[in-house]
Amino acid sequence: MTDMTTEQLHDVTVHVNGVPRTASVPARRLLSDFLRHDLELTGTHVGCEHGVCGACTVLVDGKPMRSCLMFAVTAQDHRITTVEGLCEAPDARPCATGERMNPAQQAFAECHGLQCGFCTPGFLTTVTAYLEENPTPSQEEAREAISGNLCRCTGYQNIVKSVLRAAEIRTERLEENGGEVPA
Amino acid sequence: MTTQMFGAPIKRKEDPRLLTGGGRYLDDLGHHALAAAFVRSPHAHARITDIDVNDAVDVEGVVAIYTYEDLPGKVAEPLPLLIPHPTLTHGRTGYALAKDEVNHVGEPVVMVVATDRYAAEDACQRIRVDYEMLPVVVGIENARDGEHLVHEDAPGNIAAHMVQENGDVEAALAKAKHTLTLDLSIERSACMPMEGKGVYARWNDEDGELRIYSSTQTTTGVRAAVAAKLELPLAKVECIAPDVGGGFGVKIMHPWPEEVLVPWAARLLKREVKWAEDRREHFISSAHERGQLQQVTVGFDEEGRVLGLDVRFWHDNGAYTPYGIIVPIITSTQLLGPYKPGAYRCEFWSLYTNTVLVTPYRGAGRPQGVFAMERTMDAIADYLGIDRAEVRSRNFILPEEMPYDHGLLFQDGRPLKYDSGDFPASLDKLKKLVGWDDFEAYRAEAEAEGRKVGLGIGCYVEGTGVGPYEGGHITIETSGRVNVATGLTTQGQGHQTSFAQIVAQELGVRLEDVHVTTGDTRKMPYAVGTFASRAAVMSGNAIALATRNVRAKALRIAADALEVSEDDLEIVDGVVQVKGAPTTSMPLGTVAVLSNPLRYAFDDAAKAATQFAGTFDPDKPPVADDEEPGLEGRDFYSPTQATFANGMHAAIVETDPVTAEIRILRYCVIHDCGTMINPMIVEGQVHGGVAQGVGGALYERMAYDESGQLLNASFMDFLMPYASEVPHIEADHLETPSPLNPLGIKGAGEAGCIPVSAVIASAIEDAEGFPITSMPISPVELWELRQRHEAGEIPALRHHHSAAAMSHHEEPTP
Repeated sequence: MTDMTTEQLHDVTVHVNGVPRTASVPARRLLSDFLRHDLELTGTHVGCEHGVCGACTVLVDGKPMRSCLMFAVTAQDHRITTVEGLCEAPDARPCATGERMNPAQQAFAECHGLQCGFCTPGFLTTVTAYLEENPTPSQEEAREAISGNLCRCTGYQNIVKSVLRAAEIRTERLEENGGEVPA
Repeated sequence: MTTQMFGAPIKRKEDPRLLTGGGRYLDDLGHHALAAAFVRSPHAHARITDIDVNDAVDVEGVVAIYTYEDLPGKVAEPLPLLIPHPTLTHGRTGYALAKDEVNHVGEPVVMVVATDRYAAEDACQRIRVDYEMLPVVVGIENARDGEHLVHEDAPGNIAAHMVQENGDVEAALAKAKHTLTLDLSIERSACMPMEGKGVYARWNDEDGELRIYSSTQTTTGVRAAVAAKLELPLAKVECIAPDVGGGFGVKIMHPWPEEVLVPWAARLLKREVKWAEDRREHFISSAHERGQLQQVTVGFDEEGRVLGLDVRFWHDNGAYTPYGIIVPIITSTQLLGPYKPGAYRCEFWSLYTNTVLVTPYRGAGRPQGVFAMERTMDAIADYLGIDRAEVRSRNFILPEEMPYDHGLLFQDGRPLKYDSGDFPASLDKLKKLVGWDDFEAYRAEAEAEGRKVGLGIGCYVEGTGVGPYEGGHITIETSGRVNVATGLTTQGQGHQTSFAQIVAQELGVRLEDVHVTTGDTRKMPYAVGTFASRAAVMSGNAIALATRNVRAKALRIAADALEVSEDDLEIVDGVVQVKGAPTTSMPLGTVAVLSNPLRYAFDDAAKAATQFAGTFDPDKPPVADDEEPGLEGRDFYSPTQATFANGMHAAIVETDPVTAEIRILRYCVIHDCGTMINPMIVEGQVHGGVAQGVGGALYERMAYDESGQLLNASFMDFLMPYASEVPHIEADHLETPSPLNPLGIKGAGEAGCIPVSAVIASAIEDAEGFPITSMPISPVELWELRQRHEAGEIPALRHHHSAAAMSHHEEPTP
């Protein structure tokens, strides 16, 4: 029988959506649980708890990672972007109902790229990071880009469309800003 | 005129919220609630001999541990059998926590409540349950032979045995020039919503009231079931579905053990308690569907017209039957599709196995039925050497034969009577879309390149929008805000948009002023639930009727105030105005003020409604006789029977000549769900359905071993399709309005997945030249079928194109 000593807590500071957030957590606290339950940022969802479905994908220093496969303590000093943080991106714009949406979010709304919306935050973070790498994907590339995320509602048809549309919106907004469009 | 809303591909109102992290799913609520976790049976069939929780009680954070012995009163009684049926002679349900015996891996045995889920699971790991093994029944053949029993008092493992018949099948088969018999099988899959089940209970001890949040497809059902179990007045229980991350059927089952136990513990502990299902739990303790063995005997004439159809099938209902035998009843009736079967008899046995229980999964028995019927159509076509589409069209019920009564009882206990549909037109559209008549040329090209391709087809009719009823309640506030409530729930269907479109259109208001609430028993306590592609039909029509009521009331009040006739008024963009003289007008918000005379002036609108605000007739009461205060309308829609949507799919597949890999090159859909409220949403429903169908045809199965262990209970091992597995879907629509309801709607939720296994089987068979009788099919299985075919164990199709090609060299064997 293992002993019943109190679980040791660790102070963790993580930069979440541009804000340093600190909490005392056990070493085994998953990053997904830390975000959802300690910071109450519930936009990140958990669909399988073993890194297969991609619903919990967040950006760690800009790279998509499965937050259910990371411990909160390993995120110490890293920059995390969740779906809530996408709204704060420089290329986010307010929509008719007031929410700010980045190009991926805007594209999913335009293309009916979501139904129940549970898997959607994971797609949005994945697509946002992907377009940084490949700003002008082909249809095949768009499909490939989202092939690590599960969705049970849409059959992916409109998600592929959303990726292509997000690329267009992203370019439009870059041009508005007079920014250089990456080749 | 107000912009046309009904029928337009309006962007969804719910999306900005869901896209920006504003969704509130079950586990997003109750951050400070206690967490429940469960010790579940690791064995498929065993007697519980001892439960030892001693090592768990001292785990830090543990608040309570419960076994069956702790359950009081009705909580300790078996869970309800929701849908009894006279033929369900041996219906059995489980307990909230297992009593003495477990009947499938995953059955809950102990509940732990702790300060968080980590602690609750730590405690679960320290609880020891001793079992005495019992013989395990897995697979329909084993259940059918009845050597071992799941429930000792259910002989032959038979839960239900049902026969429906129309006409003299024996005589029809005896008279038919040709008969064929097919033995078919189809395996289990599951709904697999991305969000599992979950329940969060808040007991208000001061008021003795319970609020339940559940990730459910029926809040009124959960509310009533929990109130009954906890012996609380219905008035003291409310149930709310927050955002729900997909349902597809599994969440219409209720009450799940956790839906009883979590509220019970919350009341007992006077603390908030929450349980969110994890993925493994969803695999082993929710529900599956689809598993059937089927035998079809068909008699037909020289033209391929069916004269008699005799179907027997064996349905795997898992360990318990809380949802009755809805699934096999649907198979037995919806099997008929768009065809006239001549004399028809369908006999089924619903059988117990020591596996997760079986309740409806999108399609709910229809995919199996369509598989049986469409395999039969292909077999007739091959037998006679007639084009497969042609054989189907020769058996179609024609538009002029509508309404068409099959002489059977449907799942709602009402006649299986098709209301409308134009099957020849659908087939015509499908053939054009897929290029049916040009396929042989395409095949020849492909063969010249060494590629093997096949064309498949499948047709279905889907009874949708079953009763008993749904309601709509509209309230218009003095601000002009229009609140709409309906009781059924939403799991991604876009009800906040499509129902708002109906209201905007019917009432004459802007879409942005309409706010729809679903699945909240505080707002609408009378409702059934979201299943059977019924939400648009039932709530859509109820909301339309309620809107017409509130519109009539608004016109009455405005006509009185404006001193004009109601007939001269119209409502445009939320303003009641005189037709042709729009300056004589009044915003709906003002009508709302007039509808509710007030004593107290708490704001400007209220001030306008006080009795001293304006002139009034002292001889009339402030609220007219036969009126109620408030600008509200309420109505219910309760149809006499289901509506019948239909569709036809075709696919072109390529099978690798060496590896037997199966690739869908094209997937075409013709879909007729009557009048569409929002074609964008309908198309999304079709896409999602087809993707689930593709999963069920090529990838998904529940792999049980003989001891009843589910070997692939994770997303690593259960192959749910990613974007890389789902083909591009080409969809086109036909709109044959239902004559049964005011809006002409038929329902669209399930359609997409229904014929897919049949279509893919048809296409693979066409590519390979030998019968495909079992789905799903993997490359390994196809490769093995090829080996058996080459060894002469599986005969070739009689009229396959390859036989025709061979006939240049040799005479085909008769």
